[in-house]
Amino acid sequence: MKILVCVSKTPDTTAKIAFSDNNTKFAQDGVQWIINPYDEWYALVRALELKEKDSSITLHLVTVGAADAEPIIRKALALGGDEAIRVNSDNHDSFYIASQIAEVAKQGAYDLVFTGKETIDYNGSSIGGLVAELLDLPYVALATKFDLNGTTATITREIEGGEEINEVQLPLVVSCQKGMAEARIPNMRGIMAARTKPLKVVEPVAVDNLTSIVGFELPPAKSGVKLLPADQAEELVRLLHDEAKAI
Amino acid sequence: MSVLIYIDQADGHIKKASYEVLSYGAKIAEQLGTTAEGVLLGKVQDDLAGLGKYGVKKIHQVTNDNLAHLDGQVYAKVIAQVAEKTGAKVIVFSNNVDGKAIAPRLSAKLKAGLVTGAMALPDTSNGFSVKKTVFSGKAFANVAINSDIKIIALNPNAFQVTEGAGTAEVAAFDAAVDAPKVKVTATNKVSGEVPLSEAEVVVSGGRGMKGPENWGQLEELAYLLGAALACSRPVADAHWRPHHEHVGQTGLAIAPNLYIAIGISGAIQHLAGVNRSKVIVVINKDPEAPFFKAADYGIVGDAFEVLPKMIAAVKKLKGA
Ligand SMILES: Cc1cc2nc3c(=O)[nH]c(=O)nc-3n(C[C@H](O)[C@H](O)[C@H](O)COP(=O)(O)OP(=O)(O)OC[C@H]3O[C@@H](n4cnc5c(N)ncnc54)[C@H](O)[C@@H]3O)c2cc1C
Ligand SMILES: Nc1ncnc2c1ncn2[C@@H]1O[C@H](COP(=O)(O)O)[C@@H](O)[C@H]1O
Repeated sequence: MKILVCVSKTPDTTAKIAFSDNNTKFAQDGVQWIINPYDEWYALVRALELKEKDSSITLHLVTVGAADAEPIIRKALALGGDEAIRVNSDNHDSFYIASQIAEVAKQGAYDLVFTGKETIDYNGSSIGGLVAELLDLPYVALATKFDLNGTTATITREIEGGEEINEVQLPLVVSCQKGMAEARIPNMRGIMAARTKPLKVVEPVAVDNLTSIVGFELPPAKSGVKLLPADQAEELVRLLHDEAKAI
Repeated sequence: MSVLIYIDQADGHIKKASYEVLSYGAKIAEQLGTTAEGVLLGKVQDDLAGLGKYGVKKIHQVTNDNLAHLDGQVYAKVIAQVAEKTGAKVIVFSNNVDGKAIAPRLSAKLKAGLVTGAMALPDTSNGFSVKKTVFSGKAFANVAINSDIKIIALNPNAFQVTEGAGTAEVAAFDAAVDAPKVKVTATNKVSGEVPLSEAEVVVSGGRGMKGPENWGQLEELAYLLGAALACSRPVADAHWRPHHEHVGQTGLAIAPNLYIAIGISGAIQHLAGVNRSKVIVVINKDPEAPFFKAADYGIVGDAFEVLPKMIAAVKKLKGA
C-alpha cells in the first residue's frame, strides 16, 4: 500500500500581501514560507496516522517547485514519511502542476493520493480534481474524515449545510480539510531523521500552461468604520436597515 | 459556439448559486455575441423553463439513475458530452462544493484552462482574462485563459442575480453515463438551519463570548435575522461550537451580505474567511481590536450589554 501526499510551499498566514514589478509578482521580501496548512495539518498528518496503524504503508511526499521549496519538503519529512520527490520546476499554472503530480503518481503506482483542500496563496482548489482526471481515478473533494478498511475507503465530505459519507475503492485521490486530523509539531528525532531521508529531484515532463497570471490587485480599502458607543445598539440596527440595507 | 452553464441542484431543488452562474453565464454570452445554454444532471421539482428569465435559452437535461449522487468522474464525462455537442467555448460553474469536484476534472478532460474563485465578468477586450480571489481574499489576480475552451468557477455571492423575461427550451440530452464509483452511504444535513455557505446574514461569536452557555443570545439574534451562526477557530477547537461553524483561513470562507462579529479580535487568519462580506459589523469591548479596521460599523462595548439591546431593537424593527 503506497500513499502520495502533495505538499506545497505558501507564504505564512500573517505575511504582508504586496506586489512588485508593476503588480505582476508577489513581493517576497521578508516573507516566511510554510507548508500549506491544509497539506500539513490534514493531508500529511492523516497519512501519518494511517501509516502508524499499518506499518506496511509506504508514504511519499511530492512537491512541484524550485530548489527553494526544499526546506519546506524537509520540514514535511520531519513530521514523517519515507521519502520526498521534488519535481524541479518554477511556478506554473494548476494544469502544469497537476500534470507533474500525475506523472509522479503514475510512476510510483500509488494507491492513494492526498492533497490539501486548497493552497492559501493561489486558492485554486483544483489540483486534486485535475490529478484524478489525468489518472482517470475517482476523486473525493473537501474530505473531513478518512478511514481505510482493506482497499475500501470510507470518507466524510462537506456538502452545503451538512456532510455526506462516501465509500470508494482504492486507488483514489482525496482533497483534505479540517476534521481529518489534529495538528502536530515535528519533534527533534523527526527533524534529525528528515536530514537523512531520500529527497529525489526529478525533471518535469513537457506540458503547456493553459492559464497565466496577468497581474494582481489589492481590494479597495474600507472607507473607515462608523463607530457607535455601547448604548447605541438601536441606532446600529437602524443604520443596518436604512443606510446599509443589510437587514 | 455557446456558453454552457452547469446548473447545480440538491434534493430536487436548484441551488441559489445556480441563479448566480446563470446570470453570469448569460452576461458572458452577451459579451461574446453567442447564446447561453444550461446543463442539468438529474431531475428537479422546480420549473426549468422559467430559468429563461436569467438569460439562458436552452437547458439540456440528462436523467439517469447513475446520476443520483455526485461522482465527479461520471458527471464530468456527461458534461463533456454536452459541451461537445453544443460547441461550448466557455463553461461556467459555481465555485461551491460540487463545482470544486467537477470543474477541475472537466478542465483536464477538455484541456480547457480553468479559473476558480472568479469575482467578475471576464475581460475580453484583449484576450480573455478573469479576476479571481487569491491569498484567501486578501488580493485578486487577473488570470488569462489561453486555451480554446475556457472554464470559470464563480465564487458564491460574487455576482448579482439578474432577472429578465423569457423562457428556456428544456430538452432531454441522451448521454452515455458510467456507473458511479463513489457510493453514498449516508447524508447528514443540519436541518432547519440556514447553511452557512449560502447565508445572506451571519452572526458570529469569538472567545469574547466566554463560554458555550452564552450562545443563546447569538442564536436568538440569528433567528430574528434569518441568519446562520459562525465562530472563530478557538471557539470550535474548544468545542463550544461545532466545527462546521468555524470560519477563516483554515475553516470556511464566506461572503454574506452582512457579517456580525461579536467578541472576535479579528486576527488576520479569521479575516481571511470573512473579508469578502459586503457589510461587516464588529462588537468588541476593546477599541484597539484589529477587527474594527476591517469593519463598516462597530460598537465598542461589552457584548453582554449590547446584545440584549440589539435583540430588542431587531424585534422592534421586525415587528415581532
Ligand atoms: C495557521 C493559522 C490558521 C488559523 N486559522 C484560523 C481560522 O481559520 N479562523 C480563526 O478564527 N482563527 C484562525 N487562527 C487563529 C487566529 O490567529 C486567532 O487566534 C483567533 O482568530 C482568535 O479568536 P478570537 O478572536 O475568538 O479570540 P481572541 O483573540 O481571544 O479575541 C477575543 C476578543 O473578544 C473581545 N472580548 C472579550 N470579552 C468581550 C466582551 N465581554 N464583549 C465584547 N468583546 C469581548 C476581546 O477584546 C478580543 O478582541 C489561525 C491561526 C493560525 C496560526
Ligand atoms: N506546487 C505544488 N506541489 C505539490 N502539490 C501542490 C502544489 N500546488 C498545489 N499542490 C497540492 O494541491 C492542493 C490544492 O492546491 P490548489 O489547487 O492550488 O489550491 C494543495 O493543498 C496541495 O496539496
